[in-house]
Amino acid sequence: MERFEFTYPAHTPLTGRAQAGVVGSGDLEALYEPKTGDALRVTVTTSVDGSHTLWQRFFDRLSQLRELPAGQLDINDFGATPGVARLRIEQVFEEAGYAN
Amino acid sequence: MPTDQSFIELNARQRARNLLDAGTFRELLGPFERIMSPWLEPQGIVPQMDDGMVVAKGKLEGQPAVVVAIEGAFQGGSMGEVSGAKMAAALELAAEDNRNGIPTQVVLLLETGGVRLQEANLGLAAIADIHAAIVDLRRYTPVIGVVAGTVGCFGGMSIAAALCSYLIVTREARLGLNGPQVIEQEAGIEEYDSRDRPFIWSMTGGEVRYHSGFVDALVKDSLSEVKSHLLAFIAKGVPAQHRSDKFDYYLPKLTGFDTARQASREITQELFNREDLA
Amino acid sequence: MSTLENIAKNAVSRGDYWFAELTKDATPLTGLCSSVKAADGKINDQDVRYIAVVPDNNNHYPRAAGGEVGLLEGWTLAKVVSQTVAEDAGKAIKRAIVAVIDVPSQAYGRREEAFGIHQALAGAAGAYANARLAGHPVIGLIVGKAMSGAFLAHGYQANKLIAFNNPDVMIHAMGKASAARITLRSVESLEKLAATIPPMAYDIENYATLGLLAQLMEIGNPDSATPDDIVSVQSALWNNILDARKEGVGLKNRLGADNRGSSQLVRERMRQEW
Repeated sequence: MERFEFTYPAHTPLTGRAQAGVVGSGDLEALYEPKTGDALRVTVTTSVDGSHTLWQRFFDRLSQLRELPAGQLDINDFGATPGVARLRIEQVFEEAGYAN
Repeated sequence: MPTDQSFIELNARQRARNLLDAGTFRELLGPFERIMSPWLEPQGIVPQMDDGMVVAKGKLEGQPAVVVAIEGAFQGGSMGEVSGAKMAAALELAAEDNRNGIPTQVVLLLETGGVRLQEANLGLAAIADIHAAIVDLRRYTPVIGVVAGTVGCFGGMSIAAALCSYLIVTREARLGLNGPQVIEQEAGIEEYDSRDRPFIWSMTGGEVRYHSGFVDALVKDSLSEVKSHLLAFIAKGVPAQHRSDKFDYYLPKLTGFDTARQASREITQELFNREDLA
Repeated sequence: MSTLENIAKNAVSRGDYWFAELTKDATPLTGLCSSVKAADGKINDQDVRYIAVVPDNNNHYPRAAGGEVGLLEGWTLAKVVSQTVAEDAGKAIKRAIVAVIDVPSQAYGRREEAFGIHQALAGAAGAYANARLAGHPVIGLIVGKAMSGAFLAHGYQANKLIAFNNPDVMIHAMGKASAARITLRSVESLEKLAATIPPMAYDIENYATLGLLAQLMEIGNPDSATPDDIVSVQSALWNNILDARKEGVGLKNRLGADNRGSSQLVRERMRQEW
């Protein structure tokens, strides 16, 4: 098990907080909480040892593909593929955008 | 939700939200409070923020209720110190409510292999607390258990299920004390073949449990069917005698059974007729 | 079962031995299956019903011959305890119930699963819980093994748990061999891990740090008790019976140890949010 932290520039926090996913095999849970400021702080706790570079690359790409919201994103990962990770993160951002 | 929404496909949080009256779901000790197992990270196991247990207060047909839902996808729904305490605490507080004149109802959604071995004795102790709390609460109001699958309900939590006032299961569900692999290891493959799925379901599947009177309703994998049966059992109230108090029925049957014979679905349904227990 | 060599002849397990020692002057109940023993006695002024589950070579259900709690044992415990409650229903003082505990596991078998062993164990657990709620002091005396479903059925609903401090006394959710197999480890690796994680540990001293025991007793040789040992145990039972009467019907006294801190936190937080 390893834990990584990443920080990405961001502008606007989303409306509310949200949770998506489950810490099951091949899946992850993502929690997003809005915070004012100019950054999205990401913490990844993962069962996959040695995956720092993979996660770094994943978030680098994500930050290029879409604007990241300001706030805190916590991920508990149990071996999700980049596809599943993207799905869960988009789910949590979408829900947080509608949340109160 | 479509009218025939699969109940099995919903995760624990979704099941709780959709059973409670629309708009009344309020989660306690939710994931953002981060009350997690203190025992998993030291063993290099990734925790879940809610420790795999969702406790949601709300209403059922306008009456106060709590749905306690085990997330079967996290560590097989196994019971750790925190997840076990969440279920026990909800039951204990509901009993206190009832003693104070508030008719709080509890529904348990059971998808669990039993004790989380990484927390062994604290999981087991929490399950004992759950047993105690169910027996306390069921004096005042029926405690309803739902086992839908795909995980089913095993180990010490199958005992909890058997203490409930009413049990609702699907055909996909299983309800049994020991996992098939452990039985095979302890008793041999002739006694129990853990890879023979039709055999497993003929022993502990929802359908045989229903026909032999160990559970009270057999439903389709449908949210609306689970909910309608749930509400019907709440309306029925506390049973005159809980199944777990029926030693006068079960003991003579088991004593009288000729154990030169093995068990099978047919033999079980012949020995225990659900009409006898009505 | 190397301890059998040391056990007094006639006893088929340590649990059977202690049941015999404690019930020398007690009146046995009759008509029960041979694997469940019960007897009515007294400790000082307290009426006590003792109950034990013991091995029975001729068990009607062969998979429960080794002292496991199976179909007959679960329902017979339910019957004995429920009858205790019914008999004392009109009395102001409910007699104490002492579960003498030495149970290696629940029974594993095809008949067991098919005929609802989970329900039989619920019968037992429910009866003990009912007794406690009705005001009977229920004391669990762990003299040997107190394992998983068997312990849930016979003992874990007690107001007070007393255990001997002895290497053969083991309380756990699953035996080492099975647990190692299921977690894909060697037994040695499991033991090593268990030594660092108190709830996983197999020894009774680690178990005691969880705060679930009312008392951990030193007994010189639990397979050959001296008269002083018997008096100590009776005294411990008597004191715990009195404490149970004073403290009430719940299991709150099991909370408070540091190693069970999260159990307390969850309850406090849920009460606040309720």
